[in-house]
Amino acid sequence: MVRRPSRRAYIGQWVLLAGVVAFGWLLADMVAGNYARKNLHFGFGFLADQAHFDLPFHLISWNLFDTYGRVLLVCLLNTVLVAAMAIVTATVLGLLVGVMRLSVNWLVRNIALAFIEFVRNTPQLVQLIFWYVGVLQTLPSPRQSITLPGGVLLNIRGLFVPDAVMREGSGLLSWLALAVLIATPFVWRVKIGSSRVGAKALFLLLLALVLFAAGVDHVEYPVLQGFNLAGGTQVPPELVALWIGLSIYATAFIAEIVRGSIEAIPKGQHEAAQALGLKGLQRLFLVVLPQALRIMVPQLTSQYLNIIKSTTLGAAVGYSELMQIFAGTVMQQAAKEAETMAIVMAIFVGINLATSALMNWYNRRVALVER
Amino acid sequence: MEAGSSTVVAGTRMRGTGSGNLVPGKVEGTLGRILDWLRRNLFSSVTNTVLTLVVLVVLAWAVPPFVEWALTDATVSGNAKSACTGDGACWTFIRIRFPQFFYGHYPSDEIWRVNLAGLLLAAFSVPVMRDNTRRRGFWLLMLMTAFPVLAGLLLVGGVPGLAYVDTSQWGGLMLDVLIAFVVVAGSLPFGIILALGRRSQLPVVRTLSVGFIELWRAMPLLTVITMSAVMLPLFLPEGVHIDRLIRALVVLVLFNAAYMAETVRGGLQGVEAGQEEAAYSVGLKWWQVQAFIVLPQALRHVMPGIVNNVVDLFKDTTLVTIIGLFDILGAVNQAIKDPAWLGLAHEGYVFTMVVFFACCFAMSSYARRMERRLNRHRTGRH
Repeated sequence: MVRRPSRRAYIGQWVLLAGVVAFGWLLADMVAGNYARKNLHFGFGFLADQAHFDLPFHLISWNLFDTYGRVLLVCLLNTVLVAAMAIVTATVLGLLVGVMRLSVNWLVRNIALAFIEFVRNTPQLVQLIFWYVGVLQTLPSPRQSITLPGGVLLNIRGLFVPDAVMREGSGLLSWLALAVLIATPFVWRVKIGSSRVGAKALFLLLLALVLFAAGVDHVEYPVLQGFNLAGGTQVPPELVALWIGLSIYATAFIAEIVRGSIEAIPKGQHEAAQALGLKGLQRLFLVVLPQALRIMVPQLTSQYLNIIKSTTLGAAVGYSELMQIFAGTVMQQAAKEAETMAIVMAIFVGINLATSALMNWYNRRVALVER
Repeated sequence: MEAGSSTVVAGTRMRGTGSGNLVPGKVEGTLGRILDWLRRNLFSSVTNTVLTLVVLVVLAWAVPPFVEWALTDATVSGNAKSACTGDGACWTFIRIRFPQFFYGHYPSDEIWRVNLAGLLLAAFSVPVMRDNTRRRGFWLLMLMTAFPVLAGLLLVGGVPGLAYVDTSQWGGLMLDVLIAFVVVAGSLPFGIILALGRRSQLPVVRTLSVGFIELWRAMPLLTVITMSAVMLPLFLPEGVHIDRLIRALVVLVLFNAAYMAETVRGGLQGVEAGQEEAAYSVGLKWWQVQAFIVLPQALRHVMPGIVNNVVDLFKDTTLVTIIGLFDILGAVNQAIKDPAWLGLAHEGYVFTMVVFFACCFAMSSYARRMERRLNRHRTGRH
């Protein structure tokens, strides 16, 4: 503490607070006046009203007579879905490109550099629209679908992936598989005697897979029927475009984080690992990355938050997420500008606060391990 | 990039044999150096050779079609889509639409005003950006005060000799540059105040600053811009209408100030406490200490960060398209729907990306160079 603020400053701050409160009150008064004049009423009752419009993409059931509240839920799930998909993809690709950036191979290193520089220096929105208008909308019709490995078809109507059709009464097996899946990280930490179960817990994933596969009756591949495809699950082009757009953009930033964190690990660590006889990838995954992770995580979190915030760009390609549907269609149809915007903002602020809290908790834990 | 950073990963180094003398009878001269370079950088081990070959195959598959499309098979001449007969890109489209992409609907007789404003911007920026400028602060002040007045006068007009041009006619890349400039000029001072507030010892000031910063940083930019379009009118008295562009600018300044504040805060933390203590001990007041001792040092440290913030902001100005402002992306979106020029989305968006890449890459390279210079200066001293 360099110097205590003067008494005048202490009084001054309360004057500032009074000013801020007065300004807020003035704004609130203005809004109330405008509402009264336009005969509007502030309130969230509209969430119980019927929506009467169709949602092109929904994860849970939807019909025209569902409420605005359910619209909110559908949109929120769609936002979460694309954010989760992009976070996973961007992390994997970012790790790959970041490691490429450090390769001893000149060609590999510079291709990664060119990719990163290009993506980081062009606007995300332009990239996103390019993926949608320039790539996905120029794909062939369902009749000339592009076949990808694993029976996946790609055409102008989106990505068609095979469906697993479950046998009757296999619900229990699926739930069991899910339970095993959730239990895996906990089993990882269980101690038997003096040693952790550790990576052996990964066998549980295999078990979960077997349990799930046991319940599968057959796999339904998308096939051409008339002018459209039947069977399988359709991933709409809007979702594909947003997913690719968000993933590629974040990949470039995550790659730089990965590179920076790896470079921050002292050279002695590589050399010691080499002296122990570990090979390239072993050195990377067993020695360098676990240490780099500690430096990476705070920056990665802020990238993940960026991805979540950027899902709103889905409005530009017509993906049914919060911005496009809730702060768009619903706002106009129900004429509830302030309310819908308040809800959308509250959701994003909530996500941010929750993430910060989680981050602080994680940092404390990592700091403990360090000792 | 640097050989030093390539110690680690993918493509294990050759074990046992040293990297150099694998081939007996080493070739001397330039050819020898090239061979040596190739061996060290591309074929140093089996893994490495395989990687190189895989990458070469991928490049051979991807690059020639793109070059053919963009350059060899492309058309530039002509005045209509019918001129584009080849398989390649139709740059004719870009050439014909160039004024809209750069100036929006600005009256074509008045475009010299935009160009002059652009030249002025360059003229004022050069002394600020050069390595060894004397009185950089003075030029920065001019850039932030005199230039906006001159440019505003030029662009808006309405004075004798200059016809009035409504902001609804502004557009294209000019609008992106304009928004970025105004927002930086507005959010930098505001961000500095917020950063100082966040470090203040006064609890109310600190809480207000933290609250403001975190609230704006939690919100997606698109939500913020949409808010400016639909919600801001609710906060205005009856009969008052503010231009759509100005509304967007106000909200963008507030939004960017939160990010500026965090950048500046990093620099403030980098100033040694002794500097402040010494300044107080010679009897300076709080504002004098901040203005003459702390901020000049802090801002020098965060200049690269501020430039990076400008790059991010410049890229994000394209979002104003969504609320119907006619920036370069808006112009391209509209142009590719023109019935006379259908099917040219690739050309339009590739052009937009190239324009942004040129601007942003130049700025981020400048930031990186500045960062290196700052670090060299620091390592040289300590």
